[in-house]
Amino acid sequence: MAKITLDNLAHSYLPNPKGEDDFALKELNHDWVDGEAYALLGSSGCGKSTLLNIISGLLHPSQGRILFNDRDVTNAPTTQRNIAQVFQFPVVYDTMTVRDNLAFPLRNRGADVHYVRDRVQQIAAMIGMEAMLDRKARGLTADAKQKISLGRGMVREDVNALLFDEPLTVIDPHMKWELRTQLKSLHHEFGHTMIYVTHDQTEALTFADKVVVMYDGRVVQMGTPQELFETPQHTFVGYFIGSPGMNVVDAHVSGDTAVIEGHQITLGKGYGTPSGKVEVGVRPEFTSLSAGPEGLPVTIKRVEDVGRHKIVRVDFHGSEINVIAPEGASISPDMNRIVFDPAGINVYSDSWRVPPQEN
Amino acid sequence: MSLILDGVSKVVNGQTHIYQTDLELQAGTMNVLLGPTSAGKTSLMRLMAGLDVPNTGKVIWNGQDVTGMRVQDRGVAMVYQQFINYPSMTVYDNIASPMRLLGKTPAEVDAAVKKAADLMKLSGMLERKPLELSGGQQQRCALARALVKDAGLVLLDEPLANLDYKLREELRAEIPRIFEEAGSIFVYATTEPEEALLLGGNTAAMWEGKITQFGPTPTVYRQPTDATTARVFSDPPMNFLNIRKSGGSLLFGDGQAAPANGVFADLADGAYIAGFRPNHLELEHHAPGALEFTGKLQVTEITGSETFVHLDHHGEKWVGLIHGVRQLDIGASLTVYLDPKHVYIFAEDGAAIASAAYATAA
Repeated sequence: MAKITLDNLAHSYLPNPKGEDDFALKELNHDWVDGEAYALLGSSGCGKSTLLNIISGLLHPSQGRILFNDRDVTNAPTTQRNIAQVFQFPVVYDTMTVRDNLAFPLRNRGADVHYVRDRVQQIAAMIGMEAMLDRKARGLTADAKQKISLGRGMVREDVNALLFDEPLTVIDPHMKWELRTQLKSLHHEFGHTMIYVTHDQTEALTFADKVVVMYDGRVVQMGTPQELFETPQHTFVGYFIGSPGMNVVDAHVSGDTAVIEGHQITLGKGYGTPSGKVEVGVRPEFTSLSAGPEGLPVTIKRVEDVGRHKIVRVDFHGSEINVIAPEGASISPDMNRIVFDPAGINVYSDSWRVPPQEN
Repeated sequence: MSLILDGVSKVVNGQTHIYQTDLELQAGTMNVLLGPTSAGKTSLMRLMAGLDVPNTGKVIWNGQDVTGMRVQDRGVAMVYQQFINYPSMTVYDNIASPMRLLGKTPAEVDAAVKKAADLMKLSGMLERKPLELSGGQQQRCALARALVKDAGLVLLDEPLANLDYKLREELRAEIPRIFEEAGSIFVYATTEPEEALLLGGNTAAMWEGKITQFGPTPTVYRQPTDATTARVFSDPPMNFLNIRKSGGSLLFGDGQAAPANGVFADLADGAYIAGFRPNHLELEHHAPGALEFTGKLQVTEITGSETFVHLDHHGEKWVGLIHGVRQLDIGASLTVYLDPKHVYIFAEDGAAIASAAYATAA
C-alpha cells in the first residue's frame, strides 16, 4: 500500500498549451494518505479520468510529478507501478473458468499454489461466485463478468493502489448495493489505498473516506461526505452533491443579515461585508415550508413524492427553489413562505465560500 | 386514445420472455416499467411497438387490432439507452427527419423543430452535428426527434441510463412536464425505483417476464401487492423478517412482540413475512411500542446527510437509512428501532396480507 503524492501535477492534451484554459487538468498538489479510499467525482470532461490515467501510468503528465511512497514514478510504465485496475466494462477471459480468471494476476507473479487456491476461494466468497468457480466465463451476464473483474482487481494483497473507473455502471441497482458494500468491507479489512472514479454522487459519498470533487480541470473541494454536504466550498459542490442540489440565491450580505429580493433574513453568523457576486446557499434539507409570516414569499409549483420524502418545487421571483419535506408531511396551498435553517446557510462570494467570522 | 395488451406473451427459443400479460394504457399518461435487467421491460416495449409479434394475444390501439401491423405503419416513437442520431446531419435536420418522412411542409417542419428544440434546450445548437454535443445534448436531440413525430405512443427504453448523474436528475425533472403537454401515451423503462418515483404517473413493476403490479406510482410503492413488487420497488432493498401471529400479538423473534392492532387484528394465527423499508429503521427509540432489534454492524456508508447501516440480523442482511451522520463501530452490535406502523405483512408465498398502517392511513 502506498501514499500517493501529486506534485505540481498538470496536464494538457495540446502540444503547446498557452493559458490555463488549455489544461484539462490544472495544477494540483495533494498527498493522498496510505490506506484511505478516495473518490474522484465530477461530470464528464471535468478531468477525473485524466487524473486517474496519470496515476495509473496510461498518460504522462505535461507537468509535475507523481510519487508512490515518495518514490517518483512519473516515468514508470503501468506495469511497474504495481497497481490493480477495474474498468467500466468487464475485462474477462471468456475461454477461462471463473477460477482461472480470478487466479490470473497471482499466477502471473508466480504465487504459491496453495496460496492461490485459498485466496481465490476467499475472493469468490466475497463476490458471491463460489458456486460458479469452475464455469467458463463465456455466457455469463454482464454483471457476473463485472463481478469477476472486481474480484480480479482485489485478488492481490501487495498492490500499491486499487483504481476503479466507474466500475458499477453496468450493474443493476440491487447488485450495486451488494458490490459497494463488499468493496467497502474489503477496504475496511485490508486497508488498500483505493481511488474510485465516478459521476455518481451516491457511489462516491458512500464509498470514500475523502471525496475529491472536480470541476473544469480543478479540484474544487476534497473532504469527507459530511464536509461536502454541510460546508460546500464552491457553489458547484453545493449543486453537484445532493439531490436536488443546494439552492443558491443572489443576496446582499452585511454582518449577520442578508437581503434577498428585498426580504431580510438572519444568517445566524457574521460574514462582514463580502465583495464580488454574493450569494446565499441553502440545501433543500435545510429549507422548510411555512404558512408565514416569517420567511421568503414563494408559490408552490409542484410536489414530487419520491417515497422516503417529498421534493417541493417552489417559485421565488422567477427562480426555482427546492424544499425537502418528510414522507408524511401534508403540504397545503397556504404554505407560501420558505424558511432557511441557519445551521444550513452558507455565504458565497464569486462562487467560493466565505467562512463565517468567529465570535 | 388507448393501448391495450390483451393476453400477449412472447416465447423465444423455448424461453418465455413475457408471460401472458394484460395491460391498458391511456392517452396523456406516463407509464413506468420498473424492474431489474432481463425482467422483460424491453421485450414488452417491442411488443407494444410492433417490433415483435406476440405468440399469443392481441395489441389493440384505439380500439383497432394492430397485432400484425408493422412498426412503420403505427404511430410509434422510440428512444433507446444509446443515443441514436444521424451523425452526418445537423441537429436541426435530425429533429426534422421524421416530419419530412411524413411529408410535412417546410413551414410545419420548422415550427415543430423549433418548438421541440426549445423544450429540449437545444435552440442554440441546431446547426451543430450530434458528435459536437455532450452526451446529454445528444440524448435531448433523440428525445426531440421522438417528440416531433407527434406519435401516439412514445417508448423510452432507459433513456437516461448513459448520462451523468446530474444531467439525469435535470432531464428526469423535465421529462414529465414535456410529456404532459404532448398528450401521447408514454412508456418509460427503468431499473431505478427513484426514477419511477420522480417520473410519477403509473408504474408497472416487472419481474422475470411478468407484471407483478400496475397502478399509480405512489400506490405501487406504498401498497405493494406482493413481496416481489416490494423488493423491485425499493432501493436500498426492503428488509424482511419471518414472524408469527399468535392471539392478539405479532411475534418478531427475540421475544419481541407488538399488539396486532388495526390492519393486523384480523390476521389468522400463523407464520408470515414482515417487510419494512430501510428509511423506517431508527437508531433512537421514538414511537411508543417500537420494536427493538439487535444485530451486528457490518458496514456504514455516510452520504453527508444520512448514514446507511448494513446490519446482520441473525443471518438476515438488513439495511437501515438513518438521518444524520453517525460514526458507529464496525463489527459492534447495534440496536435499531422500528415503529410497527411501518411493517408490511406478506404470506409465506409472498402475497401481501396487509400494507403498513402508515401507508393506508392517508
